[in-house]
Amino acid sequence: MPQTVKTDPKPILSVSGLNLFYSEKQALKDINLVMRRNQVTAFIGPSGCGKSTLLRCFNRMNDLIDSVRIDGSINFEGEEINTPSTDVITLRRRIGMVFQHSNPFPKSIYENIVYGLRIAGVKDKSTLDETVERSLRSAAIWDEVKDRLHESALGLSGGQAQRICIARAIAVNPEIILMDEPCSALDPISTFKIEELIEELKLEYTIIIVTHNMQQAARVSDVTGFFYMGELIEAGETRKIFTNPEKAQTEDYITGRFG
Amino acid sequence: MNSFIKTGEPQVFVCGTALALILVMTLTLAGVVLKNGLGYFWPRQLVQFEMKDGSRLLGEVRATERNQLTGAGQIQIKISNRDLYGQDFKWVSESDVASRSVPEEAILLERMEHGNFAGFLKKVEGEGVEYLRTGSAVKDLALAVEAVREKMKEVAAVRKKMISLNYKIEKRRREIQKLKFRDISANSAAISALEAEKEKLESEFNRINEESGRMEGEARRFYGLFADASGTEKEIALADIIRIQTPNSMSAPEKIGAYFERTRELLLDDPRESNTEGGLFPAIFGTIMMVLLMSCFSLPFGVIAAIYLREYAKEGIVTRMVGIAVNNLAGVPSIVYGIFGLGFFVYGIGGSIDRLFFPERLPTPTFGTGGILWSSLTLALLTVPVVIVATEESLASIPRGIREGSLALGATKFQTLIRLLLPMATPGIMTGMILSMARAAGEVAPLMIVGVVKLAPALPFDGNFPFFHMDRKFMHLGFHIFDVGFQSPNVEAAKPMVYITTLLLLAIVAASGSMAIYLRNRMRKKYTTSHF
Repeated sequence: MPQTVKTDPKPILSVSGLNLFYSEKQALKDINLVMRRNQVTAFIGPSGCGKSTLLRCFNRMNDLIDSVRIDGSINFEGEEINTPSTDVITLRRRIGMVFQHSNPFPKSIYENIVYGLRIAGVKDKSTLDETVERSLRSAAIWDEVKDRLHESALGLSGGQAQRICIARAIAVNPEIILMDEPCSALDPISTFKIEELIEELKLEYTIIIVTHNMQQAARVSDVTGFFYMGELIEAGETRKIFTNPEKAQTEDYITGRFG
Repeated sequence: MNSFIKTGEPQVFVCGTALALILVMTLTLAGVVLKNGLGYFWPRQLVQFEMKDGSRLLGEVRATERNQLTGAGQIQIKISNRDLYGQDFKWVSESDVASRSVPEEAILLERMEHGNFAGFLKKVEGEGVEYLRTGSAVKDLALAVEAVREKMKEVAAVRKKMISLNYKIEKRRREIQKLKFRDISANSAAISALEAEKEKLESEFNRINEESGRMEGEARRFYGLFADASGTEKEIALADIIRIQTPNSMSAPEKIGAYFERTRELLLDDPRESNTEGGLFPAIFGTIMMVLLMSCFSLPFGVIAAIYLREYAKEGIVTRMVGIAVNNLAGVPSIVYGIFGLGFFVYGIGGSIDRLFFPERLPTPTFGTGGILWSSLTLALLTVPVVIVATEESLASIPRGIREGSLALGATKFQTLIRLLLPMATPGIMTGMILSMARAAGEVAPLMIVGVVKLAPALPFDGNFPFFHMDRKFMHLGFHIFDVGFQSPNVEAAKPMVYITTLLLLAIVAASGSMAIYLRNRMRKKYTTSHF
């Protein structure tokens, strides 16, 4: 259930005047948005509206595409992160990501979870063990996999694999977790489990979730942004967006008239 | 008709026929090689032919066929005794044969020289005294040959010392040469010390040489007196006899024993009689060592190049051109690589090494001539495109989610590569690697000009420091087939050797292929990425 926010928490991530181009095509147009600590922010909108592209700006995943050009500002905890000099490695450790398709590595469950720590150079066995248990518990999958930590993560079901990916993201203790349609490939029961998990995770982390599923946005988020054709049409408290949107386009989309 | 084609049946039929045709051809090839290769070592009957003109022939029947002109039946007999008749084989017309028999006591000797001897044993003599031990002449012969062989083994051991001594003398000689080349007056003390050492080694060498000569002479005083089918007598030194068979009276287990003994010889011994007899060990060793050495070059270079092309190079016209060029390189005729290898590696790099490091030996080349190193490098050049393409493809087949997942956790590109991408690409890389090894093992044309020889005096690996002798020439199974089959003075006698060598080469290639499939399947199981 969406919760009413009494006092606005501190902003953690703010975007202003962000434009993004794929070669000639403009995919994001003048985005201005503030995301707050320990809130769940949902991005909704039809396919190709730019919501995932914006999400991938936050951990600089768009760097992987040669033709992308971004201007504007993204401020993370008072620090500009959209500059060439930004330490992308550290940034990605502080802003974790869960993808649309679960992508466990072809390693054991244990090795999947400690991957982020290992590449950061952590070698201490007890730290690793502790992290594995803490992350798996936080991702509500500890009981399901505790007896087979050293078996391949490839043998897990889709929902379990996605929760392993969430555990892997929280193992490095990020401040923000980006979720790119984390449930789109899952069955309703697995989806429900992940949604429950998001409720719990937001106590510790700030979550930004992209979703196609409006009910999901309504269920899990505190703040919702509606995107259309690369523009942020409207953003605000989720309950308000879903019950009393300001823009006609938002209402049309939410009531299912298009999209 | 039209509707019949639409059912898809004819297309299936065409595809099936094509496959069947290929299968039949492959199996025929394998069958011919297997039949001729595997059967050769089996001891065959020695048949004695009484001809109508009163002459007699003893030998193995090799073939029967109709004369193409007269239509009369004719028989090919391997009569052996090249030293007596001047040839190993004889065609006789079936109509000239009066009778055939299979004499129990007929004996077949494998000799160091002049091919086999087929005939009958008269007596064994040593130092003018007849050698009588068991009452059975053949058993006596076997015993005596065994005794002589023990002596010859001692000779061989002594000779081995000579090779090592020779190597040491050569080393000193080169050092002296080097010092003289640099500055005679400044190094005179060192030179004379080396000269003294060399002289000492040389006198040791001469002493051993004399001793081995004396030992061999002693061993050679034992000989057997034999007679061929027509009664011509022949003395054969026991030291020259390698193997004695009485195929007409051998039991099946004895034949099996003889078969395996010959197989062992094939795999582990040196060739004799301009490669048409004896073993293939140097060729097997040379082939495998060359292929392994080649892998040491082509694997790292190919993988690194593919990683750069796939993971780091920016997409664009240049990258695409490089990709196309790499693919085309795989199709360049191998002889072109051979000539390039000769010009670039042998004369270019090898020549420079000689001028820089071994100027005192010139004009005798050290690295400026064909050798196993240059052969391996040439073949590495030839096979590196295969490795690049295989690596690129297996890297490309790794889902994007794996890369993104790793990068999103704060991994660098390099960490992602080492920890995830390379392990996942390993099955594909291995496949490419082994395919390229199979190709290199079978390649002959380029090797002929960059270092393969008909008969190498020494293996490229031995007990003398630095153990691997990269400058040495070597033997190779593929070249062996060409040489024995088409360059040998006695082609008919060499034919079985060609089949056996072919069989061995096919076996090596097939074994490496199966190993590739096994490894790939095993690793694939480990690294398959599940999608839901």
